[in-house]
Amino acid sequence: RRQDVLTITPWLAPIIWEGTFNSEILDSAYTPLNLTIGVTAFAIGKYTRFVGRFLESAEKHFMKGYQVNYYIFTDNPETIPNVQLQPGRRSVTVPIKKYPSWQEISMRRMEAISKHIAETSHQEVDYLFCLGIDMVFYNSWGPETLGDIVAAIHPGYFNVSRSQFPYERRSSSADYIPDGEGDFYYGGAVFGGLVKKVYEFTRTCHMTILTDKANEILAARQEESHLNRHFLSHKPSKVLSPEYLWDDRKPKPPEIHLIRFSTVDKNYKEIRD
Amino acid sequence: RRDVLVLTPWLAPIVWEGTFNRDILNAQYMQKNIVTGVVTFAVKKYWFFIQGFMSSANKYFLAGHQVNFYLFTDNPEQISHLQMAPENHLFVIPVQNHSYWQGISVSRMDIISRYIHSQFQYEVDYLYYIDIDVQLFEHIGVEIIDTLVATISPWQYTARRDSKSYETRIESQAAIPKGEGDFYYTASFYGGSVAEVYKLTRACFKGVMEDRENGIEARWHDESHLNRYLLYHKPMRLLSPEYYWDEEL
Repeated sequence: RRQDVLTITPWLAPIIWEGTFNSEILDSAYTPLNLTIGVTAFAIGKYTRFVGRFLESAEKHFMKGYQVNYYIFTDNPETIPNVQLQPGRRSVTVPIKKYPSWQEISMRRMEAISKHIAETSHQEVDYLFCLGIDMVFYNSWGPETLGDIVAAIHPGYFNVSRSQFPYERRSSSADYIPDGEGDFYYGGAVFGGLVKKVYEFTRTCHMTILTDKANEILAARQEESHLNRHFLSHKPSKVLSPEYLWDDRKPKPPEIHLIRFSTVDKNYKEIRD
Repeated sequence: RRDVLVLTPWLAPIVWEGTFNRDILNAQYMQKNIVTGVVTFAVKKYWFFIQGFMSSANKYFLAGHQVNFYLFTDNPEQISHLQMAPENHLFVIPVQNHSYWQGISVSRMDIISRYIHSQFQYEVDYLYYIDIDVQLFEHIGVEIIDTLVATISPWQYTARRDSKSYETRIESQAAIPKGEGDFYYTASFYGGSVAEVYKLTRACFKGVMEDRENGIEARWHDESHLNRYLLYHKPMRLLSPEYYWDEEL
């Protein structure tokens, strides 16, 4: 039981923190369903260097005991390392087109995910998580995260007031969120849910991205802005605390008892070129 | 709300005043075009409660949304003209009288499951059973809508696990092993999707019949069976005792 943090949203979606759930009860409910959980991650250009560590740590901590399909989207399939996986788990490399700039790549992710779901993964998985590749699992990520539509609170903004959220503030953008509105600031590196729901919202996000592109607007934080706009009007059924999306550069506050998934330290400038 | 438990260990919300924003929930509910039903029984002297129940439910139960009220009674003539809200419907269904109080209580499960199968499943998406001898004093809204919903009994809210009123005799189908049990739920207010309520009422009735064949009657009758069912089929949402209070407390 946690009394120091908010554990339920005003629309009655649970906010998942260590101490709010009992893994045994959840496992006994989910294991008999024989679920397959999918993971998408984009390893573009130099980001392929993160794949090994991502997969190795996922094998230790992500949905242990469940069937998992990793879908690694890359423009460089030859550089994807072969990682030893547990039985019932497999990794698939999904080749994608090279784009001229990292902003363009970032924008095309939603499209790539929704297309892949329609063509392939909807038949292979029940739930799908879309995760950043430049991250590592440090602690358990289990069935407490499963839900229809799942979003995670951005580690940089969970303790600040709404006026400081870096929402898109230009009213001409399709992702515009006016002052005074907004529930949380969700991070773009973690979202998921039932594969059907993920399809719906990645498609919708991609449409708004195209709308902005046509109007020559590049949203403030690329697809994170689109995600936040989408989740304002289509609220997640489950929200993950920043334990599930941490940034190692931040000092750990008392509310964070456990870090489960966190960024790898990197030189952004070097990697994005 | 920091003073109460708002989430179960299996991550089902426990609905208390102050934990939710009904406007947000109403917006979500209306997007889905849902119809909810209420089933209740007014048998023998309980016809007396019909007026009070129906007038308060019309005013406070899912106000503004379409509600189908299914009223089972052995006294259909006693029902004076009830004023229904324009979006609501009342269906009066005659039932047989039974000699014993337990008689009607335990066959309610059977009646509900049979009617879900033959009728309700085609008319509503969600169905709630509520005792007739209640009056609503405050709005009960869409915060109650979920796949399988149970109400924490006000009498048992603070009781420790080993002093809860579970049936403990292992000969009964309603038995809950010592030391187990999450909450004590009341049989006076429960519900969910028609599919889940069907499964629940069928399972409870089956338990009741098996007990009868073995010459045993559970301590709190259908409520004991309900509690056993919900231990092994955990509700997706719990209603706090605010949703079913007893003035005597």
